[in-house]
Amino acid sequence: MIEIKDISKSFGKLSVLRGIDLNLNRGQCIALIGPNGCGKTTLIKIILSMVMADNGEVIINGQLITKDIAYKKMIGYMPQIGRYPQNMTIGQIIEMVQSIRNTSENLDLSLYQSFGMDGLLDKKMGTLSGGTMQKVSAVLAFMFNPPILILDEPTAGLDPISAEILKEKIIAERNNGKLIIITSHLLSELDNMVSEIIFMQEGKVAFHQSVEKLKTSTGTTNISEAILRILKSKVNE
Amino acid sequence: MNRILKYILLDILKNKFVIAYTIMLAVIGWSSFTLEDNSAKGILTLLNLILLTVPLVSILFAAIYIYNSAEFIELLISHPIKRKDIWLSLFGGLAGSMVLAFVLGAGIPLLIYSDFSQSILMLAIGIIITVIFVALAMLCTIIYKDKAKGIGLTIILWIYFALLFDGILLFLMFQFSDYPIEKPMVALTALSPIDLSRILMLLQLDSAALLGYTGAIFNEFFGNTKGMIISFMLLLGWIVLPLIISLKKFNRKDL
Repeated sequence: MIEIKDISKSFGKLSVLRGIDLNLNRGQCIALIGPNGCGKTTLIKIILSMVMADNGEVIINGQLITKDIAYKKMIGYMPQIGRYPQNMTIGQIIEMVQSIRNTSENLDLSLYQSFGMDGLLDKKMGTLSGGTMQKVSAVLAFMFNPPILILDEPTAGLDPISAEILKEKIIAERNNGKLIIITSHLLSELDNMVSEIIFMQEGKVAFHQSVEKLKTSTGTTNISEAILRILKSKVNE
Repeated sequence: MNRILKYILLDILKNKFVIAYTIMLAVIGWSSFTLEDNSAKGILTLLNLILLTVPLVSILFAAIYIYNSAEFIELLISHPIKRKDIWLSLFGGLAGSMVLAFVLGAGIPLLIYSDFSQSILMLAIGIIITVIFVALAMLCTIIYKDKAKGIGLTIILWIYFALLFDGILLFLMFQFSDYPIEKPMVALTALSPIDLSRILMLLQLDSAALLGYTGAIFNEFFGNTKGMIISFMLLLGWIVLPLIISLKKFNRKDL
């Protein structure tokens, strides 16, 4: 569904991505992990064409993303820090995004309801707590039933109950056959949720494996241990 | 484009700063006319205050708003909407709300106290100056990603246009006073929208007679319809040029 071919990007002298090749498909829930500054966010921003790649191409459903912006209809994006204009209300934001997407049919309101957005529609964005803003971002990402979901640190800042609701939603959508890309530093919460791991290091894909393989090859039972073991063995080499 | 313009416009109009700006302009407007004994003096006072404050407020507010909207712009880009539409909607929202604040604040006292044709010209000048400085702010924010640098640049631009440029003109006039420099002076004023507007307005007032020989040259150029049209075209150029450059840069910008 998403093909990434030989993407590289540098900001000035700093080269952030050095030739990334990836193939991501429907029904996968992929965790994009790696140390700070390894290029995760830049890669996501390139997929969303917020950042222009120096080299290489991204193809989504057979279409080059630089050709047409229509591909963004297929993507729901939840940013790490959602900040919205101070005086807009939650209701206005949702209305605005609906008018951009030009659709009011086939909306997925399950998160909207479970986060109790109905009672918050008149609240101004400037008065909201960080967690509530995250909820708004999550609601917007899932609302239009997009086949691809890109979630940047989705549960950071959410209270445990809301984080659990979001996680269940992510699992449900994965089972619906959607492609989900998650970046997270909390490896422990990725268990049960993700089916593949992409580990990035210094602008390159260090490894791309399914969780099953990863666990059996390292003889561990959860993701964080497996990753740690791999990292340690690399250091020893 | 108007899919998001409406929401941006509403957001800015509800901003406390814009409301305060409207009130400030109204206070300046009413006091200029009530403190002076005739409306000609009043409009002169108002002209000077407007040419000082309107550019500063417009450029600073627009730049700060754009910087604060960085994450919002990212969010919009993740949706199927063209970058051009996002940028022009931001421009439209900012320019529209600042113009509305100006017209509501300064327009009412102008229309009440002053001669109709003069106040229309004054309003037109104020509106164009507002839009020019919003466009310049958009250019500044696209040049520097860093907020402090960008806002520094807007202040430098304001100091240059509102204060320094006059000084440079005066300096040139004294240095080259032995030569016939009046005509090059007319051309030089095109380099500053504030000076261009000031001359346009002054020539419509009786005080233009005090400008002497230079004033006569200015009058010859700006006083007729052709000169007026040319100067308004120049002012429009000051809107279009920064806007187009910033739009081109925004289309390729890494956010």
